[in-house]
Amino acid sequence: MSTQVSGNGNHTKSGIKLPIYMDYHATTPVDPRVLEAMLPYFTDKFGNAASRNHAFGWAAEEGVETARAQIAKLIGASPKEIIFTSGATESDNLAIKGVAEMYREKGNHIITAVTEHKAVLDTCKRLEKYGYRVTYLPVMKDGLIDLDDLKRAMDDKTILVTIMAANNEIGVLQPVEEIGKLCRERGVIFHTDAVQAVGKVPFDVNKQNVDIASISGHKIYGPKGVGALYVRRKNPRVQISAQIDGGGHERGMRSGTLNVPGIVGLGAACQICNEDMASDTKRLSELRDRLKDRLFAGLDEVYINGSMEHRLPHNLNISFAYVEGESLLMGINDVAVSSGSACTSATLEPSYVLKALGTGDDLAHSSIRFGLGRFNTQEEVDYVADKLVDVVTRLRELSPLYEMAKEGVDLSKVKWAAEPAGH
Amino acid sequence: MAYSDKVLDHYSNPRNVGSMDKNATDVGTGLVGAPECGDVMKLQIKVNPETNVIEDAKFKTFGCGSAIASSSLATEWVKGKTIDEALEIKNTDIVKELALPPVKIHCSVLAEDAIRAAIGDWKKKQGAEVQQPVEAKAGD
Repeated sequence: MSTQVSGNGNHTKSGIKLPIYMDYHATTPVDPRVLEAMLPYFTDKFGNAASRNHAFGWAAEEGVETARAQIAKLIGASPKEIIFTSGATESDNLAIKGVAEMYREKGNHIITAVTEHKAVLDTCKRLEKYGYRVTYLPVMKDGLIDLDDLKRAMDDKTILVTIMAANNEIGVLQPVEEIGKLCRERGVIFHTDAVQAVGKVPFDVNKQNVDIASISGHKIYGPKGVGALYVRRKNPRVQISAQIDGGGHERGMRSGTLNVPGIVGLGAACQICNEDMASDTKRLSELRDRLKDRLFAGLDEVYINGSMEHRLPHNLNISFAYVEGESLLMGINDVAVSSGSACTSATLEPSYVLKALGTGDDLAHSSIRFGLGRFNTQEEVDYVADKLVDVVTRLRELSPLYEMAKEGVDLSKVKWAAEPAGH
Repeated sequence: MAYSDKVLDHYSNPRNVGSMDKNATDVGTGLVGAPECGDVMKLQIKVNPETNVIEDAKFKTFGCGSAIASSSLATEWVKGKTIDEALEIKNTDIVKELALPPVKIHCSVLAEDAIRAAIGDWKKKQGAEVQQPVEAKAGD
Protein backbone atom coordinates (compact mmCIF):
# COMPACT_ATOMS: atom_id res chain seq x y z
CA MET A 1 0.00 0.00 0.00
CA SER A 2 3.00 2.33 0.12
CA THR A 3 3.81 5.00 -2.36
CA GLN A 4 6.44 5.74 -4.95
CA VAL A 5 8.13 8.78 -3.44
CA SER A 6 10.83 10.71 -5.20
CA GLY A 7 12.81 13.80 -4.40
CA ASN A 8 15.89 13.32 -2.27
CA GLY A 9 16.44 16.09 0.22
CA ASN A 10 15.04 18.86 -1.94
CA HIS A 11 13.43 21.85 -0.31
CA THR A 12 10.41 23.81 -1.34
CA LYS A 13 10.51 27.59 -1.55
CA SER A 14 9.15 27.90 1.98
CA GLY A 15 11.93 25.67 3.29
CA ILE A 16 9.91 22.47 3.71
CA LYS A 17 12.13 19.45 3.38
CA LEU A 18 11.00 17.01 0.71
CA PRO A 19 9.87 14.32 0.56
CA ILE A 20 7.26 14.77 3.31
CA TYR A 21 6.37 11.74 5.41
CA MET A 22 2.73 11.34 6.39
CA ASP A 23 2.54 7.55 6.63
CA TYR A 24 3.12 7.20 10.38
CA HIS A 25 0.70 4.25 10.58
CA ALA A 26 3.04 2.22 8.40
CA THR A 27 6.10 3.00 10.49
CA THR A 28 7.81 5.83 12.35
CA PRO A 29 11.36 7.13 12.49
CA VAL A 30 13.24 6.31 15.68
CA ASP A 31 13.08 9.33 17.97
CA PRO A 32 16.60 10.74 18.52
CA ARG A 33 16.09 10.36 22.27
CA VAL A 34 15.26 6.66 21.78
CA LEU A 35 18.35 6.12 19.64
CA GLU A 36 20.50 7.73 22.29
CA ALA A 37 19.10 5.40 24.94
CA MET A 38 19.76 2.34 22.76
CA LEU A 39 23.33 2.96 21.59
CA PRO A 40 25.28 1.92 24.70
CA TYR A 41 23.61 -1.50 24.54
CA PHE A 42 25.21 -2.31 21.19
CA THR A 43 28.80 -1.85 22.20
CA ASP A 44 29.38 -1.20 25.91
CA LYS A 45 26.51 -2.90 27.69
CA PHE A 46 26.35 -5.69 25.14
CA GLY A 47 25.86 -8.59 27.54
CA ASN A 48 23.18 -11.24 27.29
CA ALA A 49 20.43 -10.26 29.74
CA ALA A 50 20.19 -13.93 30.77
CA SER A 51 23.85 -14.10 31.84
CA ARG A 52 23.24 -14.09 35.54
CA ASN A 53 26.79 -14.40 36.73
CA HIS A 54 28.64 -11.34 35.57
CA ALA A 55 28.38 -7.60 35.26
CA PHE A 56 27.87 -7.65 31.51
CA GLY A 57 24.70 -9.67 31.95
CA TRP A 58 23.54 -7.59 34.91
CA ALA A 59 23.94 -4.33 32.98
CA ALA A 60 21.88 -5.71 30.11
CA GLU A 61 19.30 -7.08 32.49
CA GLU A 62 19.00 -3.69 34.15
CA GLY A 63 18.29 -2.07 30.81
CA VAL A 64 15.62 -4.66 30.11
CA GLU A 65 13.92 -4.31 33.46
CA THR A 66 13.89 -0.53 33.17
CA ALA A 67 12.16 -0.90 29.82
CA ARG A 68 9.67 -3.35 31.23
CA ALA A 69 8.68 -0.81 33.85
CA GLN A 70 8.42 2.00 31.28
CA ILE A 71 6.08 -0.04 29.10
CA ALA A 72 4.01 -1.19 32.06
CA LYS A 73 3.61 2.39 33.23
CA LEU A 74 2.28 3.51 29.85
CA ILE A 75 -0.53 0.96 29.93
CA GLY A 76 -1.29 0.77 33.65
CA ALA A 77 0.15 -2.72 34.12
CA SER A 78 2.72 -4.34 36.39
CA PRO A 79 6.21 -4.94 34.90
CA LYS A 80 5.77 -8.66 35.61
CA GLU A 81 2.96 -8.67 33.06
CA ILE A 82 5.12 -7.50 30.12
CA ILE A 83 6.96 -9.96 27.91
CA PHE A 84 9.11 -9.12 24.91
CA THR A 85 8.73 -10.35 21.34
CA SER A 86 10.11 -9.56 17.90
CA GLY A 87 7.17 -7.31 17.10
CA ALA A 88 3.41 -7.02 17.18
CA THR A 89 2.88 -9.70 14.55
CA GLU A 90 4.58 -12.17 16.84
CA SER A 91 2.69 -10.77 19.83
CA ASP A 92 -0.64 -11.28 18.03
CA ASN A 93 0.33 -14.82 17.07
CA LEU A 94 1.48 -15.61 20.60
CA ALA A 95 -1.65 -14.17 22.18
CA ILE A 96 -4.15 -15.92 19.94
CA LYS A 97 -2.41 -19.25 19.47
CA GLY A 98 -1.23 -19.18 23.08
CA VAL A 99 -4.75 -18.83 24.45
CA ALA A 100 -6.25 -21.26 21.93
CA GLU A 101 -3.81 -23.96 22.93
CA MET A 102 -3.96 -23.35 26.67
CA TYR A 103 -7.74 -23.28 26.90
CA ARG A 104 -8.53 -26.01 24.36
CA GLU A 105 -10.30 -28.11 26.99
CA LYS A 106 -12.54 -25.21 27.87
CA GLY A 107 -13.65 -24.39 24.36
CA ASN A 108 -12.72 -23.83 20.73
CA HIS A 109 -14.58 -20.67 19.71
CA ILE A 110 -12.83 -17.40 18.97
CA ILE A 111 -14.45 -14.08 18.09
CA THR A 112 -12.74 -11.35 16.11
CA ALA A 113 -13.73 -8.63 13.61
CA VAL A 114 -13.42 -8.33 9.84
CA THR A 115 -11.33 -5.16 10.06
CA GLU A 116 -8.48 -6.67 12.09
CA HIS A 117 -4.86 -6.56 10.99
CA LYS A 118 -3.72 -9.54 8.93
CA ALA A 119 -1.56 -10.69 11.84
CA VAL A 120 -4.81 -11.45 13.66
CA LEU A 121 -6.93 -12.56 10.70
CA ASP A 122 -4.35 -14.93 9.23
CA THR A 123 -3.67 -16.42 12.66
CA CYS A 124 -7.39 -17.06 13.09
CA LYS A 125 -7.54 -18.64 9.64
CA ARG A 126 -4.77 -21.03 10.62
CA LEU A 127 -6.60 -21.96 13.82
CA GLU A 128 -9.71 -22.71 11.77
CA LYS A 129 -7.64 -25.29 9.92
CA TYR A 130 -6.80 -26.85 13.29
CA GLY A 131 -10.50 -27.18 14.10
CA TYR A 132 -11.24 -23.95 15.95
CA ARG A 133 -14.42 -22.05 15.15
CA VAL A 134 -13.95 -18.35 14.43
CA THR A 135 -16.65 -15.70 14.22
CA TYR A 136 -15.67 -12.60 12.22
CA LEU A 137 -17.92 -9.78 13.43
CA PRO A 138 -18.98 -7.24 10.80
CA VAL A 139 -18.59 -3.53 11.41
CA MET A 140 -21.07 -0.72 10.99
CA LYS A 141 -20.68 2.04 8.44
CA ASP A 142 -18.59 4.06 10.88
CA GLY A 143 -16.20 1.16 11.38
CA LEU A 144 -17.24 0.19 14.90
CA ILE A 145 -18.47 -3.26 15.92
CA ASP A 146 -21.98 -3.60 17.27
CA LEU A 147 -21.78 -4.71 20.90
CA ASP A 148 -25.05 -6.60 20.50
CA ASP A 149 -23.47 -8.63 17.69
CA LEU A 150 -20.66 -9.52 20.07
CA LYS A 151 -23.07 -10.47 22.83
CA ARG A 152 -25.03 -12.73 20.51
CA ALA A 153 -21.90 -14.36 19.14
CA MET A 154 -20.56 -15.44 22.52
CA ASP A 155 -21.44 -18.97 23.60
CA ASP A 156 -20.24 -21.46 26.20
CA LYS A 157 -17.37 -22.58 23.96
CA THR A 158 -15.99 -19.07 23.48
CA ILE A 159 -12.49 -18.80 24.92
CA LEU A 160 -11.17 -15.64 23.31
CA VAL A 161 -12.30 -12.32 21.88
CA THR A 162 -9.64 -10.48 19.91
CA ILE A 163 -10.51 -6.97 18.72
CA MET A 164 -8.07 -4.17 17.97
CA ALA A 165 -8.13 -0.95 19.96
CA ALA A 166 -7.42 1.31 16.97
CA ASN A 167 -7.52 0.44 13.28
CA ASN A 168 -4.38 1.01 11.24
CA GLU A 169 -6.20 2.06 8.06
CA ILE A 170 -9.12 4.19 9.21
CA GLY A 171 -7.93 5.04 12.72
CA VAL A 172 -11.26 4.06 14.23
CA LEU A 173 -11.31 3.34 17.98
CA GLN A 174 -13.31 0.30 19.07
CA PRO A 175 -15.24 0.40 22.38
CA VAL A 176 -12.52 -1.49 24.22
CA GLU A 177 -13.81 -0.82 27.73
CA GLU A 178 -17.30 -2.14 26.92
CA ILE A 179 -15.92 -5.14 25.04
CA GLY A 180 -13.70 -5.93 28.01
CA LYS A 181 -16.58 -5.61 30.43
CA LEU A 182 -18.69 -8.02 28.39
CA CYS A 183 -15.86 -10.53 28.26
CA ARG A 184 -15.22 -10.22 31.99
CA GLU A 185 -18.89 -10.93 32.70
CA ARG A 186 -18.82 -14.06 30.53
CA GLY A 187 -15.43 -15.31 31.66
CA VAL A 188 -13.93 -14.92 28.19
CA ILE A 189 -10.36 -13.75 27.65
CA PHE A 190 -10.05 -10.42 25.84
CA HIS A 191 -7.02 -9.71 23.68
CA THR A 192 -6.59 -6.42 21.90
CA ASP A 193 -4.08 -5.52 19.21
CA ALA A 194 -3.21 -2.15 20.72
CA VAL A 195 -0.43 -1.32 18.28
CA GLN A 196 -1.91 1.89 16.89
CA ALA A 197 -3.46 3.02 20.19
CA VAL A 198 -0.67 2.67 22.74
CA GLY A 199 1.19 5.91 23.22
CA LYS A 200 -1.29 7.83 21.08
CA VAL A 201 -4.49 7.71 23.14
CA PRO A 202 -4.94 6.83 26.84
CA PHE A 203 -4.81 3.07 27.25
CA ASP A 204 -5.21 1.41 30.65
CA VAL A 205 -5.51 -2.36 30.90
CA ASN A 206 -7.45 -2.20 34.17
CA LYS A 207 -9.82 0.67 33.34
CA GLN A 208 -10.48 -0.94 29.97
CA ASN A 209 -10.79 -4.53 31.16
CA VAL A 210 -8.05 -5.83 28.89
CA ASP A 211 -6.48 -9.25 29.51
CA ILE A 212 -3.83 -9.39 26.77
CA ALA A 213 -2.48 -6.57 24.57
CA SER A 214 0.00 -6.39 21.66
CA ILE A 215 2.46 -3.54 21.37
CA SER A 216 4.85 -2.59 18.54
CA GLY A 217 8.10 -0.68 18.78
CA HIS A 218 8.29 0.80 15.33
CA LYS A 219 4.85 2.42 15.47
CA ILE A 220 5.73 4.61 18.44
CA TYR A 221 9.09 6.07 17.38
CA GLY A 222 10.98 2.99 18.58
CA PRO A 223 13.02 0.54 16.50
CA LYS A 224 11.73 -2.17 14.20
CA GLY A 225 12.08 -5.81 15.22
CA VAL A 226 10.82 -5.49 18.78
CA GLY A 227 7.42 -5.59 20.42
CA ALA A 228 5.75 -6.59 23.66
CA LEU A 229 2.80 -8.54 24.92
CA TYR A 230 0.90 -7.64 28.07
CA VAL A 231 -0.45 -10.77 29.80
CA ARG A 232 -2.67 -10.27 32.85
CA ARG A 233 -1.62 -11.96 36.06
CA LYS A 234 -4.45 -10.99 38.40
CA ASN A 235 -8.19 -10.67 38.29
CA PRO A 236 -8.18 -12.97 36.40
CA ARG A 237 -4.90 -14.73 35.89
CA VAL A 238 -4.40 -15.45 32.20
CA GLN A 239 -2.06 -18.12 30.87
CA ILE A 240 -0.76 -18.65 27.37
CA SER A 241 1.15 -21.54 25.78
CA ALA A 242 4.54 -20.54 24.45
CA GLN A 243 4.88 -20.69 20.68
CA ILE A 244 8.66 -20.55 20.65
CA ASP A 245 10.57 -23.05 22.80
CA GLY A 246 14.17 -23.06 23.93
CA GLY A 247 15.31 -21.98 27.35
CA GLY A 248 12.11 -20.72 28.91
CA HIS A 249 12.81 -17.00 28.84
CA GLU A 250 10.11 -14.47 29.72
CA ARG A 251 8.51 -16.63 32.39
CA GLY A 252 8.40 -19.55 30.00
CA MET A 253 6.19 -17.67 27.58
CA ARG A 254 8.75 -16.71 24.97
CA SER A 255 12.17 -18.27 24.63
CA GLY A 256 15.10 -16.62 22.96
CA THR A 257 17.87 -14.23 23.87
CA LEU A 258 16.39 -10.81 24.41
CA ASN A 259 16.98 -8.07 21.85
CA VAL A 260 18.37 -5.81 24.54
CA PRO A 261 19.02 -2.65 22.47
CA GLY A 262 15.61 -3.00 20.84
CA ILE A 263 13.92 -3.50 24.18
CA VAL A 264 15.68 -0.51 25.68
CA GLY A 265 14.48 1.48 22.67
CA LEU A 266 10.91 0.27 23.10
CA GLY A 267 11.02 1.27 26.76
CA ALA A 268 12.39 4.71 26.01
CA ALA A 269 9.78 5.19 23.28
CA CYS A 270 7.01 4.35 25.74
CA GLN A 271 8.44 6.72 28.33
CA ILE A 272 8.50 9.56 25.80
CA CYS A 273 4.95 8.80 24.67
CA ASN A 274 3.81 8.90 28.27
CA GLU A 275 5.39 12.33 28.76
CA ASP A 276 4.43 13.81 25.40
CA MET A 277 1.03 12.24 24.75
CA ALA A 278 -1.17 15.14 25.82
CA SER A 279 0.75 17.78 23.90
CA ASP A 280 1.35 15.56 20.85
CA THR A 281 -2.33 14.67 20.72
CA LYS A 282 -3.47 18.27 20.84
CA ARG A 283 -1.02 19.39 18.19
CA LEU A 284 -1.65 16.46 15.86
CA SER A 285 -5.42 16.56 16.03
CA GLU A 286 -5.27 20.26 15.17
CA LEU A 287 -3.00 19.50 12.22
CA ARG A 288 -5.24 16.66 11.11
CA ASP A 289 -8.32 18.86 11.28
CA ARG A 290 -6.50 21.60 9.40
CA LEU A 291 -5.65 19.13 6.62
CA LYS A 292 -9.23 17.91 6.50
CA ASP A 293 -10.73 21.40 6.45
CA ARG A 294 -8.39 22.60 3.73
CA LEU A 295 -9.25 19.62 1.53
CA PHE A 296 -12.97 20.06 2.06
CA ALA A 297 -12.68 23.77 1.30
CA GLY A 298 -10.86 23.15 -1.97
CA LEU A 299 -12.85 20.21 -3.35
CA ASP A 300 -16.31 18.74 -3.61
CA GLU A 301 -17.27 15.04 -3.37
CA VAL A 302 -14.72 14.20 -0.72
CA TYR A 303 -15.63 11.56 1.87
CA ILE A 304 -14.15 10.54 5.19
CA ASN A 305 -13.94 6.80 5.74
CA GLY A 306 -14.85 5.74 9.29
CA SER A 307 -16.11 7.54 12.36
CA MET A 308 -14.61 10.98 13.00
CA GLU A 309 -15.84 10.87 16.58
CA HIS A 310 -14.13 7.62 17.61
CA ARG A 311 -10.86 8.05 15.83
CA LEU A 312 -7.14 8.41 16.43
CA PRO A 313 -6.29 12.11 16.58
CA HIS A 314 -3.65 11.88 13.85
CA ASN A 315 -5.45 9.73 11.26
CA LEU A 316 -7.34 10.83 8.18
CA ASN A 317 -8.66 8.33 5.65
CA ILE A 318 -10.39 10.11 2.83
CA SER A 319 -11.83 9.24 -0.58
CA PHE A 320 -11.77 11.60 -3.55
CA ALA A 321 -14.61 10.53 -5.80
CA TYR A 322 -13.92 9.94 -9.49
CA VAL A 323 -10.15 9.88 -9.08
CA GLU A 324 -8.14 6.70 -8.67
CA GLY A 325 -5.76 6.40 -5.72
CA GLU A 326 -2.54 5.39 -7.41
CA SER A 327 -2.76 8.18 -9.99
CA LEU A 328 -3.33 10.55 -7.04
CA LEU A 329 -0.21 9.30 -5.32
CA MET A 330 1.77 9.82 -8.52
CA GLY A 331 0.68 13.44 -8.51
CA ILE A 332 1.86 14.01 -4.95
CA ASN A 333 5.03 12.02 -5.40
CA ASP A 334 6.94 14.15 -2.92
CA VAL A 335 4.54 13.10 -0.15
CA ALA A 336 4.54 9.67 1.47
CA VAL A 337 1.05 8.40 2.24
CA SER A 338 -0.82 5.23 1.31
CA SER A 339 -3.97 4.32 -0.55
CA GLY A 340 -6.75 1.74 -0.34
CA SER A 341 -6.63 1.34 -4.12
CA ALA A 342 -6.18 -2.09 -5.60
CA CYS A 343 -3.48 -0.74 -7.89
CA THR A 344 -1.28 0.01 -4.87
CA SER A 345 -1.55 -3.40 -3.25
CA ALA A 346 0.57 -6.36 -4.17
CA THR A 347 -2.51 -8.52 -4.69
CA LEU A 348 -4.53 -6.00 -6.75
CA GLU A 349 -7.32 -6.27 -4.14
CA PRO A 350 -8.80 -3.03 -2.81
CA SER A 351 -8.68 -2.40 0.93
CA TYR A 352 -10.72 -5.02 2.81
CA VAL A 353 -11.19 -2.58 5.68
CA LEU A 354 -12.89 -0.02 3.44
CA LYS A 355 -14.93 -2.78 1.89
CA ALA A 356 -16.11 -3.84 5.34
CA LEU A 357 -17.43 -0.31 5.91
CA GLY A 358 -19.68 -0.76 2.91
CA THR A 359 -17.64 1.74 0.92
CA GLY A 360 -18.11 1.00 -2.77
CA ASP A 361 -15.09 -0.38 -4.60
CA ASP A 362 -14.81 2.80 -6.61
CA LEU A 363 -14.46 4.94 -3.47
CA ALA A 364 -12.05 2.39 -1.99
CA HIS A 365 -9.93 2.85 -5.12
CA SER A 366 -10.05 6.61 -4.54
CA SER A 367 -8.91 6.59 -0.93
CA ILE A 368 -5.81 8.05 0.67
CA ARG A 369 -4.66 7.33 4.22
CA PHE A 370 -2.79 10.08 6.08
CA GLY A 371 -1.05 9.17 9.32
CA LEU A 372 0.38 12.35 10.82
CA GLY A 373 3.16 12.16 13.36
CA ARG A 374 5.49 13.79 15.80
CA PHE A 375 7.69 15.43 13.17
CA ASN A 376 5.01 16.89 10.87
CA THR A 377 4.56 20.66 10.74
CA GLN A 378 1.79 23.05 9.82
CA GLU A 379 3.72 24.15 6.75
CA GLU A 380 3.86 20.56 5.57
CA VAL A 381 0.12 20.13 6.08
CA ASP A 382 -0.64 23.28 4.09
CA TYR A 383 1.72 22.26 1.29
CA VAL A 384 0.20 18.78 1.06
CA ALA A 385 -3.39 20.00 1.19
CA ASP A 386 -2.86 22.59 -1.53
CA LYS A 387 -0.97 20.17 -3.74
CA LEU A 388 -3.62 17.51 -3.32
CA VAL A 389 -6.40 19.94 -4.25
CA ASP A 390 -4.47 20.76 -7.45
CA VAL A 391 -3.86 17.12 -8.32
CA VAL A 392 -7.43 16.01 -7.66
CA THR A 393 -8.76 18.89 -9.73
CA ARG A 394 -6.43 18.00 -12.59
CA LEU A 395 -7.25 14.31 -12.47
CA ARG A 396 -10.97 15.04 -12.42
CA GLU A 397 -10.50 16.87 -15.71
CA LEU A 398 -9.12 13.57 -17.00
CA SER A 399 -11.88 11.46 -15.45
CA PRO A 400 -14.77 10.10 -17.52
CA LEU A 401 -16.60 9.36 -14.25
CA TYR A 402 -16.45 12.97 -13.11
CA GLU A 403 -17.68 14.05 -16.51
CA MET A 404 -20.59 11.63 -16.38
CA ALA A 405 -21.48 12.63 -12.82
CA LYS A 406 -21.49 16.32 -13.78
CA GLU A 407 -23.80 15.50 -16.67
CA GLY A 408 -26.21 14.06 -14.17
CA VAL A 409 -25.60 10.40 -14.97
CA ASP A 410 -26.29 8.05 -12.05
CA LEU A 411 -23.09 6.02 -12.11
CA SER A 412 -24.64 3.27 -10.02
CA LYS A 413 -27.12 2.60 -12.83
CA VAL A 414 -24.58 2.36 -15.63
CA LYS A 415 -24.08 -1.04 -17.19
CA TRP A 416 -20.31 -1.23 -17.31
CA ALA A 417 -18.46 -3.39 -19.78
CA ALA A 418 -17.85 -6.98 -18.79
CA GLU A 419 -14.38 -7.75 -17.49
CA PRO A 420 -11.99 -7.18 -20.35
CA ALA A 421 -9.65 -10.01 -21.24
CA GLY A 422 -6.53 -10.09 -19.12
CA HIS A 423 -8.14 -9.14 -15.77
CA MET B 1 7.06 0.01 -8.34
CA ALA B 2 9.14 2.09 -10.70
CA TYR B 3 7.40 4.04 -13.45
CA SER B 4 9.09 4.39 -16.82
CA ASP B 5 9.91 7.89 -17.99
CA LYS B 6 7.34 7.56 -20.74
CA VAL B 7 4.56 6.71 -18.28
CA LEU B 8 5.55 9.68 -16.15
CA ASP B 9 5.58 11.91 -19.23
CA HIS B 10 2.09 10.85 -20.32
CA TYR B 11 0.86 11.30 -16.78
CA SER B 12 2.25 14.82 -16.46
CA ASN B 13 1.50 15.83 -20.05
CA PRO B 14 -1.38 13.69 -21.22
CA ARG B 15 -2.14 14.03 -24.90
CA ASN B 16 -5.61 14.64 -26.30
CA VAL B 17 -7.59 14.90 -23.08
CA GLY B 18 -11.18 15.86 -23.67
CA SER B 19 -14.52 14.93 -25.17
CA MET B 20 -16.23 14.92 -28.53
CA ASP B 21 -19.94 15.06 -29.24
CA LYS B 22 -20.89 11.41 -28.90
CA ASN B 23 -24.00 11.95 -31.00
CA ALA B 24 -22.11 13.12 -34.06
CA THR B 25 -22.17 10.56 -36.87
CA ASP B 26 -18.46 10.82 -37.52
CA VAL B 27 -17.58 10.16 -33.86
CA GLY B 28 -17.03 6.74 -32.34
CA THR B 29 -17.06 6.37 -28.55
CA GLY B 30 -15.61 3.47 -26.58
CA LEU B 31 -16.24 3.24 -22.83
CA VAL B 32 -14.55 0.24 -21.23
CA GLY B 33 -13.66 -0.99 -17.77
CA ALA B 34 -15.58 -0.56 -14.53
CA PRO B 35 -15.22 1.64 -11.44
CA GLU B 36 -15.13 -1.45 -9.19
CA CYS B 37 -12.01 -2.59 -11.02
CA GLY B 38 -10.37 0.79 -10.61
CA ASP B 39 -10.06 1.32 -14.38
CA VAL B 40 -12.45 3.13 -16.73
CA MET B 41 -11.36 4.46 -20.12
CA LYS B 42 -13.36 6.56 -22.54
CA LEU B 43 -11.76 6.88 -25.97
CA GLN B 44 -13.32 8.79 -28.81
CA ILE B 45 -12.35 9.02 -32.47
CA LYS B 46 -13.41 11.38 -35.23
CA VAL B 47 -13.29 9.64 -38.58
CA ASN B 48 -13.26 11.16 -42.04
CA PRO B 49 -16.11 9.30 -43.77
CA GLU B 50 -14.49 9.43 -47.18
CA THR B 51 -11.00 8.29 -46.32
CA ASN B 52 -11.75 6.31 -43.14
CA VAL B 53 -8.84 8.12 -41.54
CA ILE B 54 -9.03 8.90 -37.86
CA GLU B 55 -8.54 12.66 -37.86
CA ASP B 56 -8.84 13.30 -34.18
CA ALA B 57 -8.96 11.33 -30.93
CA LYS B 58 -9.74 12.23 -27.34
CA PHE B 59 -9.63 10.31 -24.10
CA LYS B 60 -10.59 10.43 -20.43
CA THR B 61 -9.45 7.83 -17.92
CA PHE B 62 -10.16 6.91 -14.32
CA GLY B 63 -7.24 4.72 -13.33
CA CYS B 64 -3.62 4.49 -12.27
CA GLY B 65 -0.69 6.20 -13.98
CA SER B 66 -0.16 3.25 -16.32
CA ALA B 67 -3.82 3.29 -17.35
CA ILE B 68 -3.70 7.02 -18.06
CA ALA B 69 -0.50 6.62 -20.03
CA SER B 70 -1.86 3.65 -22.03
CA SER B 71 -4.97 5.51 -23.11
CA SER B 72 -3.08 8.74 -23.80
CA LEU B 73 -0.68 6.79 -26.00
CA ALA B 74 -3.61 5.09 -27.72
CA THR B 75 -5.04 8.44 -28.81
CA GLU B 76 -1.62 9.47 -30.14
CA TRP B 77 -1.26 6.28 -32.15
CA VAL B 78 -4.72 6.17 -33.72
CA LYS B 79 -4.53 9.72 -35.01
CA GLY B 80 -3.73 9.71 -38.70
CA LYS B 81 -4.35 5.98 -39.09
CA THR B 82 -7.14 4.42 -41.05
CA ILE B 83 -9.72 2.38 -39.19
CA ASP B 84 -8.12 -0.85 -40.35
CA GLU B 85 -4.66 0.33 -39.37
CA ALA B 86 -5.91 1.29 -35.92
CA LEU B 87 -7.39 -2.17 -35.46
CA GLU B 88 -3.89 -3.58 -35.79
CA ILE B 89 -2.69 -1.87 -32.63
CA LYS B 90 -1.94 -4.55 -30.06
CA ASN B 91 -1.72 -4.16 -26.32
CA THR B 92 1.76 -5.70 -26.46
CA ASP B 93 2.90 -2.69 -28.52
CA ILE B 94 1.70 -0.42 -25.73
CA VAL B 95 3.44 -2.55 -23.09
CA LYS B 96 6.70 -2.29 -25.01
CA GLU B 97 6.46 1.43 -25.66
CA LEU B 98 5.67 2.28 -22.05
CA ALA B 99 7.79 -0.46 -20.48
CA LEU B 100 4.85 -1.61 -18.38
CA PRO B 101 5.62 -4.16 -15.68
CA PRO B 102 3.65 -7.45 -15.66
CA VAL B 103 1.23 -6.23 -12.98
CA LYS B 104 0.19 -3.35 -15.28
CA ILE B 105 -0.28 -5.26 -18.52
CA HIS B 106 -4.04 -5.24 -18.02
CA CYS B 107 -3.98 -1.45 -18.47
CA SER B 108 -2.67 -1.90 -22.01
CA VAL B 109 -5.33 -4.53 -22.71
CA LEU B 110 -8.00 -2.09 -21.64
CA ALA B 111 -6.57 0.58 -23.93
CA GLU B 112 -6.67 -1.83 -26.87
CA ASP B 113 -10.29 -2.66 -25.94
CA ALA B 114 -11.09 1.05 -25.83
CA ILE B 115 -9.78 1.54 -29.38
CA ARG B 116 -11.83 -1.39 -30.63
CA ALA B 117 -14.92 -0.22 -28.80
CA ALA B 118 -14.64 3.26 -30.29
CA ILE B 119 -14.18 1.84 -33.79
CA GLY B 120 -17.08 -0.56 -33.25
CA ASP B 121 -19.34 2.29 -32.17
CA TRP B 122 -18.37 4.37 -35.23
CA LYS B 123 -18.94 1.43 -37.56
CA LYS B 124 -22.35 0.86 -36.04
CA LYS B 125 -23.28 4.43 -36.80
CA GLN B 126 -22.19 3.91 -40.41
CA GLY B 127 -24.74 1.11 -40.58
CA ALA B 128 -22.28 -1.71 -40.93
CA GLU B 129 -23.16 -4.99 -39.31
CA VAL B 130 -20.13 -5.83 -37.22
CA GLN B 131 -19.25 -8.01 -34.27
CA GLN B 132 -19.58 -5.65 -31.33
CA PRO B 133 -16.83 -5.64 -28.76
CA VAL B 134 -18.51 -5.38 -25.36
CA GLU B 135 -18.86 -1.78 -24.22
CA ALA B 136 -20.73 0.14 -21.59
CA LYS B 137 -23.94 1.99 -22.17
CA ALA B 138 -24.60 5.02 -20.03
CA GLY B 139 -27.80 6.43 -18.67
CA ASP B 140 -30.31 3.75 -19.63
